[in-house]
Amino acid sequence: MSTDTHAAGAHDHHHEGGHAHSTFSGYMLGFVLSVVLTAIPFWLVMSGALPSKQITALVIMAFAIVQIVVHMVYFLHMNTTSENGWTMMALIFTIVMVVIALSGSLWVMSHLNSNMMPMHQMGGMK
Amino acid sequence: MSPDLLKLIFGRLGLESLPLHEPIVVGTFVVVALGGAALLGGLTYFRLWGYLWREWFTTVDHKRIGIMYMILGIVMLLRGFADALMMRGQQMLAFGGSEGYLNAHHYDQVFTAHGVIMIFFVAMPLVTGLMNYVVPLQIGARDVSFPFLNNFSFWMTVGGAVLVMASLFIGEFARTGWLAYPPLSNIGYSPDVGVDYYIWALQVAGVGTTLSGINLICTIVKLRCPGMTMMKMPVFTWTSLCTNVLIVASFPVLTVVLALLSLDRYVGTNFFTNDFGGSPMMYVNLIWIWGHPEVYILVLPAFGIFSEVTSTFSGKRLFGYTSMVYATVVITILSYLVWLHHFFTMGSGASVNSFFGITTMIISIPTGAKMFNWLFTMYRGRIRYELPMMWTIAFMLTFVIGGMTGVLLAVPPADFVLHNSLFLIAHFHNVIIGGVVFGAFAGINYWFPKAFGFKLDPFWGKMSFWFWVTGFYLAFMPLYVLGLMGVTRRLRVFEDLSLQIWFVIAAIGAVFVFIGILSMLMQFAVSLLKREQLKDVTGDPWDARTLEWATSSPPPDYNFAFTPVVHDNDAWWDMKRRGYQRPLTGFRPIHMPSSTGTGIILAGLATAMGFGLIWYMWWLAALSFIAMLAVGIGHTFNYHRDFDIPADDIIRTEDARTKLLAGAK
Repeated sequence: MSTDTHAAGAHDHHHEGGHAHSTFSGYMLGFVLSVVLTAIPFWLVMSGALPSKQITALVIMAFAIVQIVVHMVYFLHMNTTSENGWTMMALIFTIVMVVIALSGSLWVMSHLNSNMMPMHQMGGMK
Repeated sequence: MSPDLLKLIFGRLGLESLPLHEPIVVGTFVVVALGGAALLGGLTYFRLWGYLWREWFTTVDHKRIGIMYMILGIVMLLRGFADALMMRGQQMLAFGGSEGYLNAHHYDQVFTAHGVIMIFFVAMPLVTGLMNYVVPLQIGARDVSFPFLNNFSFWMTVGGAVLVMASLFIGEFARTGWLAYPPLSNIGYSPDVGVDYYIWALQVAGVGTTLSGINLICTIVKLRCPGMTMMKMPVFTWTSLCTNVLIVASFPVLTVVLALLSLDRYVGTNFFTNDFGGSPMMYVNLIWIWGHPEVYILVLPAFGIFSEVTSTFSGKRLFGYTSMVYATVVITILSYLVWLHHFFTMGSGASVNSFFGITTMIISIPTGAKMFNWLFTMYRGRIRYELPMMWTIAFMLTFVIGGMTGVLLAVPPADFVLHNSLFLIAHFHNVIIGGVVFGAFAGINYWFPKAFGFKLDPFWGKMSFWFWVTGFYLAFMPLYVLGLMGVTRRLRVFEDLSLQIWFVIAAIGAVFVFIGILSMLMQFAVSLLKREQLKDVTGDPWDARTLEWATSSPPPDYNFAFTPVVHDNDAWWDMKRRGYQRPLTGFRPIHMPSSTGTGIILAGLATAMGFGLIWYMWWLAALSFIAMLAVGIGHTFNYHRDFDIPADDIIRTEDARTKLLAGAK
């Protein structure tokens, strides 16, 4: 689509902000990191190396977050200055939105679960 | 043919799927078929197909795509409003033992289709159309960032609309209400195709909406003309930016929640079922995480339109530009923090309800600030009561009422009384009609001369205005009363005869609105006939303030022969005041994107895939999916994506305008 972009904005030829350079070694490092970060959770689940399921789930989530950061840095070439800071701003906004949606849903659903799901209280109501 | 083979080819679709037993639907079909045949025949007779295909269907020009969005919105308004009239008629008649004229099966489809169509295929296209048309002009750009994507987005929206319309005559639409809550929308309670029509119509259209959101964000961030810093952008561009940020952040939630619902329906998962660990409440929670931002997606651009209109027709700079921008941004963020107020009564308890009640009340603060900004803009201004300004005043009066009933509903104890009542129906129609629809009409009346080069006829415009406004109050104030008396929404028959008078008043109001809609169509027709009298050659008929008025009406394909340079918030006002001279020489070729049919083909295939999935015609779904991939990949080999408008053509266009302008003086 780059031709279209330039067609629409002929005045916009200059590069805004510095692009992080994409190199072969950068991509390889990113690839290896993502493979490792994917393999470890699989191994954790399949071998049952950790004592409780809950700890395993939390560890996997931690790996998932690291995975996201790896993708952003090595594949999306994001840093604080690219595109005049717009990518950073978009990232912060996204994080705020995701945190609101996730934590809000967890909070709301846990309340709904304890208030509205009859199964839990059946025992006490007899 | 054997039944197995028939089932393989047609899936669930059979002759019994055609609603031949519903005389109302059959009658509608006859009228639509005759009208459609006349339209197609006319197009063929006047040999317009080639013209339409070349100049409109395949265009990547943001202006034409914007106009097509507006046409889609107005056409679907007629359909959605027909549903509204049917509901008003039914509720007016079905008293004291009368069943009315709609059976439950049909009535439930009517109210579902009304909601879905009005939000997704009327309000969204009208808002997107105005943004598409105006934003690139306001920021001095030649087109959006991704012109082909823009064409594709539009046709995906049309694809969704086509699926909804198809459900009228082939099979049926959902009977679940416009958000299709499970467990009612699960396969056990809605085994027919209605909910599948709903799902795939919204999924197809949702792709279009999300992509157009990305496109417009990119356009606003990257293609502003030199000098236009963020805090020099027109307010409409600002509100468009925030709206599109909301679209991009929230529509994926809708896509995912509908995908999960389809998994429940198609492959037997249990995300939202009552049993096996599923939770229908999770659906309600997720869909409102999309649904609340959605109402701000609709109303923010309307706020932008009112800002432009108020300052133009008051002949003053907008009061409190900075506070307007910050209010918009704050609303953008806050709109994500209030979703639970749609289900206070589901049982989350006091702490959760108070949090969301308070955030909801807080959101009225930036909105109130905007209202005062408009009032102070008008204060000591030289106000011209042209049509856009009339719609703006009507909005200010109406929206404040809707806002106040909204704050009332935000109080959880009050909501326990009013939840799901007609009070709620009155409230959200009050803000959506008073805000979004009045805003779209203000925008249409304001920017029509820019798009077509002549103003809209004021007489029929005023007819439309007064019938709409009085019709709105007649139709919805009775619903507030009924809601306070405890009447719930979506009822088909009533026992208590004392309620009937209110429904009669509401039905009269709906007829008023109908006259308002007809007057608006009349306004378009009369203006077209009187276009020579209503002509504007200056390109700036309202003595306006922003960049879109700096070019001719209608603007040339390339919008601006030279990219403007901006020094002030009200860029065009500033240029006029400093004695701006249009450049008459030195034109150079302009690089532009080429038209392509890929968008409409892809969207057609996506619609076919949706149809196949709805009716379990798996071969059709698979085939159209593969074809979509093939066409998409094929398009990447299309190297004829751009061309240069030769300098000679530009000189000819600009000279013609110079002559016109000289003639006007």
